[in-house]
Amino acid sequence: MTTPVLQVSDLTTTFWTPEGDVHAVSDVSFHIDRGETLGIVGESGSGKSQIFMSVMGLLARNGRASGSVRVTGEEILGVPLNRLNQVRGARMSMIFQDPMTSLNPYLTVRRQMTEVLMTHRGMNESAAAKAAIDMLDRVQIPEAGRRIGMYPHEFSGGMRQRVMIAMALLCGPELLIADEPTTALDVTVQAQILDLLMQLKRDTGMAIALITHDLGVIAGLADRVMVMYGGRVVEEASARDTFKRPQHPYTEGLLKSMPRLDEHGVKRLETIGGQPPNLQDLPGGCTFHPRCRYAVARCAVERPLLRQTDTGRAKACHLDHLGDVA
Amino acid sequence: MSPAPLLSVHDLKVHFDIGRHGLLGGHRHVLKAVDGISFDLRPGETLGLVGESGCGKSTLGRAILRLLPLRGGRTMWLGQDLARLDAERMRGLRREMQIIFQDPLASLNPRMTVGQIIAEPLITHQPNLKTAEVKNRVKAMMAKVGLLPNQINRYPHEFSGGQCQRIGIARAIINEPKLIVCDEPVSALDVSIQAQIVNLLMDLQAEMGLSLIFISHNLAVVRHISHRVMVLYLGKVMEIADRDSLYANPLHPYTQALNSAVPVPDPDIERAKQRLVLTGDLPSPLNPPSGCPFRTRCPKATGICADVMPPLESVGRDHMVACHHAGPISG
Repeated sequence: MTTPVLQVSDLTTTFWTPEGDVHAVSDVSFHIDRGETLGIVGESGSGKSQIFMSVMGLLARNGRASGSVRVTGEEILGVPLNRLNQVRGARMSMIFQDPMTSLNPYLTVRRQMTEVLMTHRGMNESAAAKAAIDMLDRVQIPEAGRRIGMYPHEFSGGMRQRVMIAMALLCGPELLIADEPTTALDVTVQAQILDLLMQLKRDTGMAIALITHDLGVIAGLADRVMVMYGGRVVEEASARDTFKRPQHPYTEGLLKSMPRLDEHGVKRLETIGGQPPNLQDLPGGCTFHPRCRYAVARCAVERPLLRQTDTGRAKACHLDHLGDVA
Repeated sequence: MSPAPLLSVHDLKVHFDIGRHGLLGGHRHVLKAVDGISFDLRPGETLGLVGESGCGKSTLGRAILRLLPLRGGRTMWLGQDLARLDAERMRGLRREMQIIFQDPLASLNPRMTVGQIIAEPLITHQPNLKTAEVKNRVKAMMAKVGLLPNQINRYPHEFSGGQCQRIGIARAIINEPKLIVCDEPVSALDVSIQAQIVNLLMDLQAEMGLSLIFISHNLAVVRHISHRVMVLYLGKVMEIADRDSLYANPLHPYTQALNSAVPVPDPDIERAKQRLVLTGDLPSPLNPPSGCPFRTRCPKATGICADVMPPLESVGRDHMVACHHAGPISG
């Protein structure tokens, strides 16, 4: 067995607030293999982003993570900052939804990109600049040699996201964490970025953690999918199984409530009733039970553990089959 | 014979003066957000407006309601020209046309209770209503949009995004309007809540005979809710057709690219799909390309596209397209 690129065990992330502790992530365990793309889906407040903010050591000041995070076997949760800095940026890197807020508006792209290589690779300025231009070429930025001297605001939204991706790839990371990488983009530009990610995935063999609320984006890119609800993993399966044979009522509900562009005829959309959970006041038992159409008495009192249901798939639900209960 | 249109928009133009740039005055910059758009909206119909950022879809929605000054064109409401109405008659008509917004929380006054928010348009247009009657109507409206009437004294921040959108909808329909402009009403909502709001709007439409202008960048939602769909690009109409023709048989290269760009939640389809990926980004609306605004990204563009903006021409029943090279995808 090879060591996975990322192994997260019993991760719990808690934020201290004046109104009390908020558990954004509760007891989450998963792994990402080399070259694998794991899609992480969930709605706002599901904890999908906070898992990876914990992994990257980027939690807000009132946040604390416990458990274990191993990057290619090495524990990085709670290690000193200088050690963490050697890992992030080099072995794993992250891109965000809004590239404008993640790039420094005062520095040229050249300065921001060469800094990465000079810090992690010890390159000199001119070698770093050459490598940076090559990388911009690779993410298909036209006239990379000229545009590297520009400031972030001089790029369009899609080009800025390409700059972010290029910057994240500079040190050849084994894991790229992409947090809603196309959510802020127009749909035709989103298609360009998704194409680019697919191509990079094929060519570099790096693993990708793709965090998104858009099931369509996941369908095209992910090998495996993890569905989050109320800070916990509720289902984990191959992409195909997730979309074709969802086993958790929440996953099934999400898929059915999405109108699809390729579907004819007006059906009424199926909905998941109620409202998303309030992390400060999570329901007892299964977090999803107040909104679940299959819920039975047991669901309100006993929290279902994530259990294996098939090879390579797991769910956190008391029911064995959906449709057990009318 | 189709019924007389509720709203008839002819050659509508909304231009924004961006001011002068550069030394010595420079030259004036004019942003043509909506540049010569015409369409009819029938009673009880939903017209979807789709397009990417900067295409003018929200500006058009606001201009129709006269929330923005027009540079040119005409908006006819049941046969009368809105521009010719004096302020008082226009105010009377406003009862019949309402709008709901993308960010439900930001569009509600945080210092007013839900009851006050929903009652405000009612009191504005019918100042003689008795307090008890207002309260009854507000409660009835809350029940209709799926809110608990006993929450009437709560404030907007106590509600989730989906519930706030319900409050916005209750406020919009309390005067029993004929038209609601829905400006990205589900874009800020989680997927599971989106479906609730889409269903609510469709139910209300069936019950009250509303006409809706549904503005969204989400093509799948637009397809689901609309009877007809209009595709905009940089302030101009590219294609307008009934829902099924637009998705099954798009004739404009931009519509084709938009359709193909939308990811479908099915790994088999999504991976097998030959995506029609457009090159480049949207041009700046301040300096749009000559001729057809889409030509800089269009796979079919030729010389004539740079010279002449193609007129919007009828190509079938309820189907119009503005393209020199309009045709099915394979062609």
